[in-house]
Amino acid sequence: MNGAPSPVDADRPPLVDARDLTFGYAAVPVVEDVTLRVDRGEYVGIVGPNGSGKSTLLRLLLGLHEPDSGSAELLGHPARAFAERERVGYVAQDVTEDEKRMPITVSEVVLMGRFPHAGFGRVTVEDRERVREALRTVGIEHLADRKITALSGGQRQRTYIARALAGEAELLVLDEPTVGVDAESVEAFFELLDGLVADGMTVLLVEHDIGAVIEHASRVVCLNREVYFDGDPAAFAESDALDRAYGTNIRREEGGIVT
Amino acid sequence: MTPSAPAVAAVPALSAPYDFLARLVGLWSDGLGWVGERLGIAMLDYVFMHHALLVGALIAVMAPLIGTFLVHRQLALIGDALAHTAFAGVAVGLFVNSLLGTGISPYVTAIVVAVIAALAIELISETTDAYNDVSMAIVLSTGFALGAVLISLNTGGLAVGINQYLFGNLSTVSRENAVLLVVLFAIVALVVTVTYKQLLYVTFDETAARVAGVNVPWYNRLMTTLTALVVVGAMQIMGVILVAAMLVVPVAAAAQLARGFREALLASVVLAQIAVVAGITLSFNYNTTAGGTIVLVAVGVYIAAVLAGKAQSRRAGGSGDDPAPAPER
Repeated sequence: MNGAPSPVDADRPPLVDARDLTFGYAAVPVVEDVTLRVDRGEYVGIVGPNGSGKSTLLRLLLGLHEPDSGSAELLGHPARAFAERERVGYVAQDVTEDEKRMPITVSEVVLMGRFPHAGFGRVTVEDRERVREALRTVGIEHLADRKITALSGGQRQRTYIARALAGEAELLVLDEPTVGVDAESVEAFFELLDGLVADGMTVLLVEHDIGAVIEHASRVVCLNREVYFDGDPAAFAESDALDRAYGTNIRREEGGIVT
Repeated sequence: MTPSAPAVAAVPALSAPYDFLARLVGLWSDGLGWVGERLGIAMLDYVFMHHALLVGALIAVMAPLIGTFLVHRQLALIGDALAHTAFAGVAVGLFVNSLLGTGISPYVTAIVVAVIAALAIELISETTDAYNDVSMAIVLSTGFALGAVLISLNTGGLAVGINQYLFGNLSTVSRENAVLLVVLFAIVALVVTVTYKQLLYVTFDETAARVAGVNVPWYNRLMTTLTALVVVGAMQIMGVILVAAMLVVPVAAAAQLARGFREALLASVVLAQIAVVAGITLSFNYNTTAGGTIVLVAVGVYIAAVLAGKAQSRRAGGSGDDPAPAPER
């Protein structure tokens, strides 16, 4: 508010606006004093060691937890108000697991993206057209009638992206989307995200693969309870934020960082 | 045996819709009687069998409809818990009737008690960290204990009529009961039709549903309340002990065969209809208990579905699910 207005969409509120967020499941905070603002069109990658509060931060931003102190706004509304939620697409961490053998087809899952628009009304022809379009965009149109449990991790991931696209989401929130996905599919997945960002999508991504975040995101947030770094990926790669956030058990190698 | 003046008909505002529904049930009965006469089916000579078949057919739509959502949320046992509290509700009804000399149908008190229990289950699991099946186990035992105590308080007349609630009975399905079932069916079908999308979203991915702005606790409460209604409706012929099977077994069978959710819903209703009609027919012809016979037929259908599902996936040979093209032979 008191800083310089961002050059794009200066009059529109940021999609994510969290101030001084502190939250803990018990007495010890998992997330402390985190301030994060995401503007339209940004591609923000959140990295940090295991248990650093990355997923918890996402849940706070989405309104799934009430912060102990601080405030979280999503799309200009308090996160806990769950307003205008058709504009947010969420891909959870455990989507590649299939302990649930629920019979449901890919197109039925993608159609859920239309549910907030339809409310209690009927699903229309236009809704189904948008589902087809979304499946085409992520390149799994041929799998529409396949049972979701019969898909590979990468294909399932694309299904959830398609669900967000079918819902006309402007903000895509992904929590470790590449867990359990093979390396080749991971590369294709990040290319898909790049394409969506180029088309104007805003992406907020929690990811354990630091190299991929540095390569693809437009901004890196390094978190371990508190924010250790927030800024340009190249500057992040040069900084010592990683060492401080992860402690000492990290090796720096030529051209890449391995945890 | 049959109540001379139905309790609902005593309330003036309800008497017109009741008469209308009673006439509908009468028409169904006449229709079946006519069919039975034409085809020479002895079972259809009896009005109570007409009622039993109507109630059975309605249950075989409602139970898998709700059961599909429950099973895929891994809440298969909730039907059992609510059936046992419905038993407490029956005991409350019988107790009050013998105490005050009123003529309230025990099914009405069963509905009230089961709905309260349904909300209690949700409340316990929302406010405590207790795992959902713990809260269900607590409610289940409380319900059965309460029922047992109320019955023992007033033995004599009370214990006599209890078997029909425990094990179900075809021959006690009165016209009033059939009307009650039609009302329950209308409520359940209407609510599921209107909230189908929300229920599906919550069933498939609770977190994503919350993020999308769906009021998840509210739909959970709605789901359990509908379950309570179905359980009480089905208790009539299935009995308290076996009622949960109708919520689970046809659904489990359908899940073996269907690819999509809508497909699974439809398949579970079809399989449940087969189980109910075959079960009631066998039960009539061999003088076996209806609930048990229906459940055994349903389990038979389930085993057949498992075998068919296995054969189906073997025939597909994995090639259908393989993203890479199968090599030419």
